[in-house]
Amino acid sequence: MPDMSAIVNPQQRQFNPYAENGGTILAIAGADFTVIAGDTRQSEGYSIQTRYAPKVFHLTDRAVLAVNGFAADGNMFVKKVKQRLEWYRHAHAKDMPLRAIARLIQTMLYAQRFFPYYVYNILGGIEEDGTGAVYSFDPVGSYEREACRAAGAAQSLVQPFLDNQIYFKNQTPAQGSSHPAHLPLPDVLSIVIDSFTSATERHIEVGDGLEMYIVLAKGRTLPDAVTTLRPQELPSSAGDGERVFVLKRDLKKD
Amino acid sequence: MFRNTYDSDNTVFSPQGRLHQVEYALEAVKQGSAAVGLRSNTHAILLALKRSSGELASYQQKMFRIDDHVGIAIAGLTSDARVLSNFMRQQAMGSKMVFNRPIPVNRLVSAIADKAQVNTQEYGRRPYGVGFLVIGLDHTGPHLYEFSPSGTSFEYFAVSIGARSQSAKTYLEKHFESFADCSLEDLIRHGLHALRETLQQDKELTTNNTSIGILGLSGVHESAGTSVNFRILEGPPIEPYLQSMQPKEVPPPSSASVPPPTSGDEDVQMSE
Repeated sequence: MPDMSAIVNPQQRQFNPYAENGGTILAIAGADFTVIAGDTRQSEGYSIQTRYAPKVFHLTDRAVLAVNGFAADGNMFVKKVKQRLEWYRHAHAKDMPLRAIARLIQTMLYAQRFFPYYVYNILGGIEEDGTGAVYSFDPVGSYEREACRAAGAAQSLVQPFLDNQIYFKNQTPAQGSSHPAHLPLPDVLSIVIDSFTSATERHIEVGDGLEMYIVLAKGRTLPDAVTTLRPQELPSSAGDGERVFVLKRDLKKD
Repeated sequence: MFRNTYDSDNTVFSPQGRLHQVEYALEAVKQGSAAVGLRSNTHAILLALKRSSGELASYQQKMFRIDDHVGIAIAGLTSDARVLSNFMRQQAMGSKMVFNRPIPVNRLVSAIADKAQVNTQEYGRRPYGVGFLVIGLDHTGPHLYEFSPSGTSFEYFAVSIGARSQSAKTYLEKHFESFADCSLEDLIRHGLHALRETLQQDKELTTNNTSIGILGLSGVHESAGTSVNFRILEGPPIEPYLQSMQPKEVPPPSSASVPPPTSGDEDVQMSE
């Protein structure tokens, strides 16, 4: 018999419309603030496409959207969400409330149910009642409000850490005390930074840089421990409303 | 205007070379309440007189935001205005999406002018019954345009449209040379004086019936900030600007006042 191992089965090439661009995003809600963070590395396979591609975007004075998965879909989706928010502003002369933005994102994602946006969205900000809120979405629009969520390449490393540190899972409080319902901002920022530095250590697709967005409720100011870090304040439409700050950090480049 | 046989169809010229339907559309603009626009080297503003159908009714909206750097005031059919302003918003947003920069104002005004022209040349369509004053801010500074349903647009230092707008134009023609270096507050004061000229006897500008649209840095009466974005002022925030107006000159008592009553005997009492 001739060499059977040389026979090759028919092959077909097909264009793959999606790509995996790596990276990780994370959001944590406080009592009257929310932190939304993402690393800035964009990769494909073992290559780095760029060390600085933002994944976290400021939508309104009180809403910040982080997108992760396929970068082209993520960037386009953010642009389309921003357009919808602009139409809302034209029609109602005010910004969309956070839970309305969350529902809008669901309908926009589900509208593409049969050719989805390959993005995991995390929406963070301040609700109408002044509390910090985090909404997380799957690529076709299933969503839920939570206290904290990590998504992306290092999700499996970061989310368990958050479950332990934010929800105090598998921890018993000291005698006579209980776990706090909400953590203060400096503690949350430390948890975020530690999450990313640790993820960078062990996951090749995470690194290069970290951008953290802090959304503060009306009337709330930054604690001194945070102002010393000199965050950049983003311009807001109203002087006395919610405010958004950005902190940038380097992450290891290897 | 006389009715004649050349004015029913949009697509029929009159022997004088006029399109009467378009001219009738311009009449609709002249029936709307007045709107005034003027600009300096740093700011462009719009002022509009809002009409209400009665004491119980709300005042008709006269101003629309198109984008951070473009705003309009309307005169004429408000429903047509909503359709055209929606179109302008789509154009502005689409241009920003595709080219990653705010739409140049002259391009936006040309877009609605071209759209309006179609309705003056296609059979069976009627012209839009609304005129706009468009203010915009781009890298070459503040701009003011007038758009009319004939499909033409012009750029101005100062202009007004709507009912009795000629009176406002007269005021603007008198003072426009001083506008270039005006502060925002002085510019608004000039605009309010011009708008006041269009009022009928014993009506006055109030916080209810006046709208002010502003492009350029915040003035002293606005909350501090470095935003130059288009904003509409209505209601109580207008009060300081109304206060800054010069009081209207009261005309001297008329010499044709009523003569003293006659006693029954004299048949004619000549006035003194």
